[in-house]
Amino acid sequence: MVDIKSNDQLYRKWVEFSIESLIRVLGFSSIGFVILIFLFLMREGLTALINVSWGNLLGTRWYPIMEYYGVLPLLLGSILVTLVAILIALPLSVGTAVFIREVAPGWTREILKPMIEVMAGIPSVVLGFFGMTLLAPLLHRYLGLATGLTAFTGALILAYMALPTIISVAEDALDAVPKSYRDASLAMGATQWQTIWRVVIPAARSGILTGIMLGLGRAIGETMLVMMVTGNAARMPVTIDSLFRPIRTMTATIAAEMGEVAQGSSHYHVLFALGIILFLMTFLINLTAATTIFRKRRKGGLR
Amino acid sequence: MRVSQAEVYFTVSLGIIYGAFVISWRDPPFVNYPTSFNVTRLAFVNIHIRKQLQRKWSAVGNNLACLLILLSILTTGVACRLAGTGSQTTDNQTFQAEELIENKGSDTLVNLALAWAESYMESHPQVRISVTGGGSGTGIAAMINGTVDIANASRAMKSEEIEEAQANGFSPVEFEVAQDAIAVVVHPSNPVNQLTLQQISDIYTGKFTNWKEVGGEDRPIVLLSRETNSGTHVYFLENVIRLGKADSDLLFSPDTLLLPSSEGISAEVRLNPNAIGYDGLGYVTPDQKMIAVALDENSPYVLPSVETVNDNSYPISRPLFMYTTGEPSGQIKAYLDWILGDGQALVPELGFVPLK
Repeated sequence: MVDIKSNDQLYRKWVEFSIESLIRVLGFSSIGFVILIFLFLMREGLTALINVSWGNLLGTRWYPIMEYYGVLPLLLGSILVTLVAILIALPLSVGTAVFIREVAPGWTREILKPMIEVMAGIPSVVLGFFGMTLLAPLLHRYLGLATGLTAFTGALILAYMALPTIISVAEDALDAVPKSYRDASLAMGATQWQTIWRVVIPAARSGILTGIMLGLGRAIGETMLVMMVTGNAARMPVTIDSLFRPIRTMTATIAAEMGEVAQGSSHYHVLFALGIILFLMTFLINLTAATTIFRKRRKGGLR
Repeated sequence: MRVSQAEVYFTVSLGIIYGAFVISWRDPPFVNYPTSFNVTRLAFVNIHIRKQLQRKWSAVGNNLACLLILLSILTTGVACRLAGTGSQTTDNQTFQAEELIENKGSDTLVNLALAWAESYMESHPQVRISVTGGGSGTGIAAMINGTVDIANASRAMKSEEIEEAQANGFSPVEFEVAQDAIAVVVHPSNPVNQLTLQQISDIYTGKFTNWKEVGGEDRPIVLLSRETNSGTHVYFLENVIRLGKADSDLLFSPDTLLLPSSEGISAEVRLNPNAIGYDGLGYVTPDQKMIAVALDENSPYVLPSVETVNDNSYPISRPLFMYTTGEPSGQIKAYLDWILGDGQALVPELGFVPLK
């Protein structure tokens, strides 16, 4: 009697153990992959810092087939496009989230929410094609630009890409604000607009910030769309009209040049160094987003 | 991707350490004592059971971890062995069964050479053709050393290269296989019809930034180019921007838009009256206007076409060559005959100009 029972227990323990370790391996491996990818990037990219002089790397001219590896125009190009995209996306997405959560009647909300999810599902190549053939000529004609393929065009479409991410996170944040806050505000005689602007949005601030950070991370890593729309001219975006001139981003450079580059050449290693810069940037952005979440949670307040 | 043995060992050992870590990971014991009744007794029993369980479990865990590590080492070793021997045997087999033609050289020609090889292998399954790029010089050097059968070159062999080949006991034979011509294109509404090479160079280096400086309207010039990895880009840089001078260090203006495809260039040229672009003659669509080009102010302006390219009157064109070690025979001769005959049909599809 006792034997059978202990055998049965042992069997169950084994099943339990194997399932548990399987799940554990799966769970840990995503972390492992990130570490391995990072090691690989480092292995391929750090060579560039040794083989190519710092003066060259920090130069303002990117022309790899003649050994000009100035990273600055690409870095500034990426930052310019991403920041402008977020500046455009911010009011639109927070406005949309507030409308969906606070203003819109129930049936509108039911239509709008899935529509925004569909928006997130549009492939970036399609958006890039749209930008290249429709948006760029429009901007060229109505803004009087020399060409429609500019940083601004890229920023507009990137903003569109970042919208769904920011909207859904911001909407969740607004959702987490307790009804009692709104009730209290309204009971004190505040109008609906005052309640939204002074109570609900400040209470959901950190969630909205997280959404912006995630959108930022998405925008800076976007490749195909940027490559099709921004013109890819590696000029330094330091003049005032740079926003309406072509620029070249790091992602587009890697995508355009990695396919044909000779393996082991300094060009190859510099492209990986660009990858490291991108990785670090997105990592910092996500870290910032994560710390805002955690800080708020620890305080026991709202998300 | 070349990976050294040390790196393989490093990665494998890293993987083993990682695996051992994951397997032996224990969550910190979760203790949640009820406080409402008989705390001490319950706690005692709880800890007792827990200790016993932990002892058993850790033994099981350690055994399993060891087993997994052993297995992973074994499989890696076996896989390496298998991969090594496997590829060797297949290489030997195919080498015996089929005739192999090695074809190497110019990156400009590599896509055309690949298209020829694929098409030829489809109709001649007994022949295997391997095509690699690397540049004209690399291909010619490999042919001189006898490691390839056919060298692709976007330039004629230099006299010292021919001497080197003769020192190795053979004289290379030249086959002109196609023509490469680059057309300069603008929007159809642009009144500029003709430019000299010097003017095109000045436009692309950023010296001229307005169309009125070359006889057009008062509009800014938008420069379009293929990406730097395209052979057309390099050819344009060397022969148009630098006007073929080896000591020149002129570069494309940093304002040049580098577009990833021919379609990108044709779309922008079609839609933007400010734009100027260039591309292989075969890629130019009818809705772009081609510019007539002259060597200098005293030479005639010539529009690119199959005729003007073949009679060498159009200045931005060059013949593309294949070189063999001595008079070809057997399969290599058959292949070259096919390229000069039926193979020419593929040439315009890849943006080059076929031979007459």
